[in-house]
Amino acid sequence: MSHHTSTDVPTRKLAMWSFIGSECMLFGTLIATFMIYRGRNIVGPYPSDLLNIPFITVTTFVLLMSSLMMVLALSAVQRGDLKGTKLWLFMTALFGLIFLAGQFYEFSHFVHEGLPLSRNLFSSTFFVLTGTHGAHVAGGVLWLGTLFVRTQQGKLDERNAETVEIAGLYWHFVDVVWIVLFTLIYLLV
Amino acid sequence: MSHEAGHEHPSNRVYIVIAAVLAVLTALEVMVFYVQALRPMLLPILMVLMVAKFALVVMFFMHLRFDSKLLTGVFLWGLFIAVSIVLALMAIFGKFVG
Repeated sequence: MSHHTSTDVPTRKLAMWSFIGSECMLFGTLIATFMIYRGRNIVGPYPSDLLNIPFITVTTFVLLMSSLMMVLALSAVQRGDLKGTKLWLFMTALFGLIFLAGQFYEFSHFVHEGLPLSRNLFSSTFFVLTGTHGAHVAGGVLWLGTLFVRTQQGKLDERNAETVEIAGLYWHFVDVVWIVLFTLIYLLV
Repeated sequence: MSHEAGHEHPSNRVYIVIAAVLAVLTALEVMVFYVQALRPMLLPILMVLMVAKFALVVMFFMHLRFDSKLLTGVFLWGLFIAVSIVLALMAIFGKFVG
């Protein structure tokens, strides 16, 4: 059931957009810290020694495509197509998990190559920034998992499609944050 | 276009086209990164591509193009503060000098 504010905007949607606005500020401060300390490492390994652009391009593509799966899930639930809803919710969560696996591999590789969290300015800012983003992806995967289970139980259909739309807003926000991080961290190295 | 909850949402066909454009823009970003001749123009080109991808996701996948202007305002205000923080701190720490 959708509750509307006096502005005729659904309450939960307005709340999610307010949350997203505040999340912009959170990531803004982390990005600012990363940019300030970029290129100021005293000791190596340096970013250019470790960043694997082809690998991260693949995981970026996976996350971008997960956004497509998410809108297809929303479209399916709005049409009352519950089979399609379950399929696309599952695919979105699966692509999110693949992205997280890629991030776990990247972090492990960095540590193995002598770049733990406290090694230099790059490692500290890189791990905190991408780790915070990864935690958001993990939260999104859990959220999608609960929606999948609720659809499976018959508790989610076209009457409460807004629930899927709200989760979708969060998921797409996680995607747009990565669009920015991919450029600033990996391509402008 | 399908009609849901009082506002228009794009069709699946539009969503797929937008996803294809996002994939092409990402490929362009990586291509630009590897082309040595484009190195002097790397920053502006990547910024334009990044903003284009950002805008496509926000306008079409997040439906801001079709939803209430109030939601656009709520988002853009947070984004404006975030970008201001980044630029102000970079200026304070001399990242635009030399």
